[in-house]
Amino acid sequence: MTAPLLDVQDLKTHFFNEDGVTRAVDGVSFTVAPGETLGIVGESGCGKSVTALSILRLLPPRLGRTVAGRVLFEGTDLLTLSERQMRDVRGNRIAMVFQEPMTSLNPVLSIGHQIAEVVRIHKGASAEAARTRAREMLDLVKIPDAARRLDDYPHQFSGGMRQRVMIAMSLACDPKLLVADEPTTALDVTIEAQVLQLILELKAKTGAAVILITHDLGVVAETCQRVVVMYAGRKVEEAPVAQLFARPAHPYTRGLLASIARGKAGRRARRLNEIPGMVPSLREPIRGCAFAPRCQFAQDRCRTEAPELAPVTGQPAHRAACLRLEAVLAS
Amino acid sequence: MSSEMSANVRTGPILEVRDLKKYFPVRRGLLQRTVAEVKAVDGVSFSLQAGETLCLVGESGCGKSTVGRLILRLIDPTGGTIAFEGEDIAALPREAMRAKRKALQIVFQDPYASLNPRLTAGTIVGEPLENFERLGRAEREARVVDLFRRVGLSADAMRRYPFEFSGGQRQRLGIARALALSPSVIVADEPVSALDVSVQAQVLNLMADLKEDLGLAYLFISHDLGIVEHMADRVAVMYLGRIVEIAEKERLFAGPRHPYTRALISAAPVPDPNAKRERIVLEGDVPSPMTPPAGCHFHTRCPFAFDRCRAETPLLREAAPAHRFACHLDI
Repeated sequence: MTAPLLDVQDLKTHFFNEDGVTRAVDGVSFTVAPGETLGIVGESGCGKSVTALSILRLLPPRLGRTVAGRVLFEGTDLLTLSERQMRDVRGNRIAMVFQEPMTSLNPVLSIGHQIAEVVRIHKGASAEAARTRAREMLDLVKIPDAARRLDDYPHQFSGGMRQRVMIAMSLACDPKLLVADEPTTALDVTIEAQVLQLILELKAKTGAAVILITHDLGVVAETCQRVVVMYAGRKVEEAPVAQLFARPAHPYTRGLLASIARGKAGRRARRLNEIPGMVPSLREPIRGCAFAPRCQFAQDRCRTEAPELAPVTGQPAHRAACLRLEAVLAS
Repeated sequence: MSSEMSANVRTGPILEVRDLKKYFPVRRGLLQRTVAEVKAVDGVSFSLQAGETLCLVGESGCGKSTVGRLILRLIDPTGGTIAFEGEDIAALPREAMRAKRKALQIVFQDPYASLNPRLTAGTIVGEPLENFERLGRAEREARVVDLFRRVGLSADAMRRYPFEFSGGQRQRLGIARALALSPSVIVADEPVSALDVSVQAQVLNLMADLKEDLGLAYLFISHDLGIVEHMADRVAVMYLGRIVEIAEKERLFAGPRHPYTRALISAAPVPDPNAKRERIVLEGDVPSPMTPPAGCHFHTRCPFAFDRCRAETPLLREAAPAHRFACHLDI
């Protein structure tokens, strides 16, 4: 096996407020191979976005800090770099696309200027070369009439087009890794289909690895090769995508998959599976398994002993953190 | 609370909407002259039977939420009729309309914005009773306790304030408030879009149970095709202010006739990596409702469009009994 492009080890990111500590990310490890698409999936507050922000060190220090762990990118621990060195990584070798394209673009600068700026800063390109690159990138993300639209401003673009501009900007320096945090959540379904197709096409063209962060298991199924499932700041399961959907092992993953309304035409609607209760508060340290209070398989042991990730029978790439794995799989 | 259905000897639909229109004026300049109109809803007709769920589906700006608000007369229609239990309420005076809202209720998308943060949950749910029914304090309290129980909240939750509830619980409060006056029709405008998947399942199951127990009819507005397929008896697909296809759920999902319906169904991400299907990825964006394309509104994105589509608006025509679509072609 080749060395991973990104190797995140035991990452812990905590938020410090007046009344305590919120353990948003509480010991998460995973790797991304060169050219791979990894999905990180989970519900609100599971820590998936904070994980992404921690990798790129984008959290404002007065809000939250990564208190432990390593983020090895091409062998270098990003957490040990100076802010200046880190700036050279961000937008250059690791790029990020956010959920809300309107708030991540500068409204008073033209689209062309914003894309060109990235290339000038990171590659030292001349103004002219940078502008040419910006036009190429707009062409690449299929903005019609790219040359003319370079001088347009963000408000003149629709939501789907803005997200294309964000993707153009993020790929302008040929990054090795693209981190996309809910890139299609704000978009309509027909536009979402366009943007996901575009990300996959560009990934194939540029060979960049992608971390796709989403709450939508449908998006994961259609775009990712491997999946990490997060719950309450921890990784509860990881597997190749086909394996995860065919044989989900963790009770949370199973519950999540069964709760999706997908309807079956021609059949009477059956009840959706509910996961009872709600996500635990991350303000207090969680003893044992974070999912235990909502889990039908939970025993006393689950409430005191934190489960380690263990391989699911016969599948080394498929691992789940559950003390009751055998009982769950037999059910 | 008893079902209204048994008492209701009238046959025919409980709600019948004919040629409903809402044009919003676009004002510009110092004198705020009307310079254009946004035809948010442009000639929409459908009926809703007692105890039935009709889903209105479409993307942002298609007018689906405006239809919901028009039916409750939260905004006034530009034209058309809304027959509720046989009586046209489209032009009913304010006071008379207020009385009608006992039977016609709405649940909003955002459970954070639609509950008064300064009132206790019990007061919020009891308010409709206080406004409309002459009940003693004890009797009202008993009714509120009953409503709480019905939506799966404990009675001691009555003394808490909205911020103390999770998103799913708040949506339960919104539903309890809508149920307080024993309505026969509930307009549910994206009732679970703001919720996590596992919580969505809880609320959708609750809504299905209530429909069953109370004989409610839902006008269920959603952009999520999985949820639509799960909840609907019939489905109406909207595009730029018009219904382009309407049919029983099974028919619509098994044999969609309008090219937009086909694209919409094929674009929705499916949580199954083995689902092999042909995806129709539409080009371009939804045009602005201020300047909708002439003829068929969909022709700018339709892979089958020909000259006639650009000039002539297709009318809804029958594909089969109770299945109508608006397209010049038989594809």
